[in-house]
Amino acid sequence: MDRLKLVLQYFQSNSESISNGICIILALVSVKLYTSFDFNCPCLPQYNKLYSLGVMIVPPIVLFFLGVLVNRHTGVMMDEWMRPVGNRSKNPAVVKYLFSAMIQRALLAPMVWILVTLLDGKIFICAFSVSVDPGLFSGVPNNTGLDVIKILAKVPCKEDIIFRNSSFRKAVSRYVRCYSQAVGWSILLFLIVLGAMGRLIKPCFDDHATFLQTRYWSNYLDVEQKLFDETCVLHARDFARKCVVQFFEDMAEGSILHLPHPPFISNVSQRWEDEEEKLHGITKQEQMDKLLNKWYYSKPELDVTRIAHRPKPCVTWEDPGRRTLYSDV
Amino acid sequence: MDKFRMMFQFLQSNQESFMNGICGIMALASAQMYSTFEFSCPCMPEYNYTYGIGLLLIPPIWFFMLGFVLNNNVSVLAEEWKRPTGERLKDPTILRYMFCSITQRSLIAPALWVSVTLMDGKSFLCAFSTNLDIEKFGNSSFIKEMSETERTRLLARIPCEDLFEHKELRVAATRYIKCISQACGWIFLLMITFTAFLIRAIRPCFTQAAFLKTKYWSHYIDIERKMFDETCKEHAKSFAKVCIHQYFENISGEMQSLHHHHSGKDGGGDEEEDKRSDEERLLGIRAQDDMNKVLWNWHTCKPALALRKDQMDDKNNSKLTGKINEAFNGFANGHTHGTEKKEWAVYYSKV
Repeated sequence: MDRLKLVLQYFQSNSESISNGICIILALVSVKLYTSFDFNCPCLPQYNKLYSLGVMIVPPIVLFFLGVLVNRHTGVMMDEWMRPVGNRSKNPAVVKYLFSAMIQRALLAPMVWILVTLLDGKIFICAFSVSVDPGLFSGVPNNTGLDVIKILAKVPCKEDIIFRNSSFRKAVSRYVRCYSQAVGWSILLFLIVLGAMGRLIKPCFDDHATFLQTRYWSNYLDVEQKLFDETCVLHARDFARKCVVQFFEDMAEGSILHLPHPPFISNVSQRWEDEEEKLHGITKQEQMDKLLNKWYYSKPELDVTRIAHRPKPCVTWEDPGRRTLYSDV
Repeated sequence: MDKFRMMFQFLQSNQESFMNGICGIMALASAQMYSTFEFSCPCMPEYNYTYGIGLLLIPPIWFFMLGFVLNNNVSVLAEEWKRPTGERLKDPTILRYMFCSITQRSLIAPALWVSVTLMDGKSFLCAFSTNLDIEKFGNSSFIKEMSETERTRLLARIPCEDLFEHKELRVAATRYIKCISQACGWIFLLMITFTAFLIRAIRPCFTQAAFLKTKYWSHYIDIERKMFDETCKEHAKSFAKVCIHQYFENISGEMQSLHHHHSGKDGGGDEEEDKRSDEERLLGIRAQDDMNKVLWNWHTCKPALALRKDQMDDKNNSKLTGKINEAFNGFANGHTHGTEKKEWAVYYSKV
C-alpha cells in the first residue's frame, strides 16, 4: 500500500512539476536569448518601427510555440480530444482543463520576453524616437543638413557622429526609456493583480467538486498514457527475448535438444513464469497490431473490477509429513 | 515496483535520451563552432557572395550528415531496409517512421547554425554589400564620379572595417544589412517552430492508431537487435565454458568425469548448477556450423513475429511433473534427471 502511494505521488508530482520546471527553464532561456541577442536598430525613419515591433512580437510567438511543443499535456489533450468514443465516454471538461493548463504554461516565456524588452527600453527607443517632439529638448544638432525626422531616427544609434558633442541623444533616450519602463511595470502589475484576483475569486464561481474530478481525471489520463508506453516497452523487450531464444532453438539440429528446463532450478522456472506474465498472452504480431489499434479506436471503459478481484492462486508446499514448509498466501 | 521503475527508465533513457543528448550536444557544438570561427570576408566582388552564402549553407549540410553518422538508428534502418523478407514481412511505414525520426533529430544542429549565422549578420553583410544602394545612407557624392567596376569594388569592401574609409557610411550600411539578416533569421525560426508545432500538435488528428503501431514495432526492432547481441554474447560465453570444460575432460579422460559424478551426487550443487545453466544458455547450439547458420539466417531469413504456445506448454507440463516429483521424492530425483543428461552430453561430444 505504501509503495503504491509512493509510486502514485511520484507519478503525479512528476508530471506537473516536470511541466513547471520546463516552463521556468523556457522563461530563463528567453531572458538569456534577449541578453545574447545583438539588437541592431536600423536608425532609418522608415524601418525603425517595423524592426522594433518585429523584435518585440516575433520572438514571443516562437517561444509560445516552443512552450506548447515541449509540454507533455499537449499530446495528452490532443489524444483525448481526437479519439473515437469507444467504450469510454468523453468528458469535455477534462479537455478544457488540460488546454487551459497548457496555454497558461506556454504563455509564461513570451510574457517574460515582452516584459524584459519593455524594462530594458532599447526597443521602445528604436520604435518611438521618431514620434518624440524635439522641441522638448535642447541641443538638436542642426548643422548636419539632415531633417529632424532623420536625426530623431538616429537617436537609438549611440556611435553616430552627429551626436558627438550634444546631450540631445541621451535626453531623448532617457525620455523614451521612462515611458517604456512605465508601460512594462504597468503590464507586470496588471498581470499580477489578474493572477491574484483569479486565485481568490475562482472558488466562488467554480464548483470545487467538479474541479477536483476534472483534475483527477486529467492527471489519470497522463499517468495512463505513460503506463501504456511503459508496458509496451517492457512487452517489446520480452517479446524480443523470446523471439530470439526461439530462433536459436529452431536452428539447433535435432529434436532431442528440445529438453524442458530442469525443474528443480526454481529460479529459472520462476523467471519464465514472470516473463510469461509480462507478455500478458500477446504472442503474435497480429495480436499486437490489433491491441494497438483497439487502444486508439476503442479505449476501454474505466472499470477495473475484473482484475482487482481476480482470484490469486495460493500455493502451499508441504513435506511428506504434511507440515507446511512454505505458503504463498 | 522500484526495480520496475528503474528498469523502465534505463530502457527508455538508453534509447531516446541518449539520442536527445547527442542531438543537444551537437547543437551546442554548432553554436560554439560559430563563435570560435573567425569570419573573414574576402572583400572582393567576385568572392564575397560565394563566401557569405557558402558559410551560411555548407556547415549545416555537414552537421546534418554528422547527425546521421552519429545516430545508431541509421544502421538499424539500413539493416531493416535491406534484409531479405524471410518469414517476416516488411512494413514500409516503420521504415518511414525511423527515417523521419532520424532526420528530425539531425536537423536541429543545422537549423541552429543557420539561425545563429543570420542573427549575427556577418555572412549576409559579406554576401550582399555589393547590392546596396549607397545613396540612402548618407553623404555619398564621391561615388557618383566612379565607374561601375570601381563602385562595385568599393561596395565590396564594406564588410572590412580597415579597408573602407568612410566610417559613417559603413556603419549605416552595416546596420541596414544586419537588420535584414536578423529579420530573415527570426522569420526562419518562426517557420521552423510553426512547422514543428503543426507536426506535433496536429498529427494526433490523423493516423494516431497507425502511429502507435509503427512506434511500437520500430522500438521493437531496436530492442530485438540488442537482445540478439546479448544472447549471442551469453551464448559465446557459455559455448566457450563448455568447450573448455569438455577439452579438459577429454584430456584427463573418463576418470575425471566419473569423479565429477560422485561428488555431484553428494550435493556439491553449485558447480553442477552453473554447468547446467551454461548448458541451458547454449539453447541447443553446440557446433560452429550451427552458430554460423544462426548468424546467417538471422539476416537472410528473419523469424516470424509469432511465439509458439506449444513450447511454453511443454515447459509448463514439465514444470508440473517436476514439481510433483520433487514434492514426493525429494532432491535425489532431480539429480537423476541431471545425471542422465550429463551422460548423454558426454556421448555427444565424443562424436
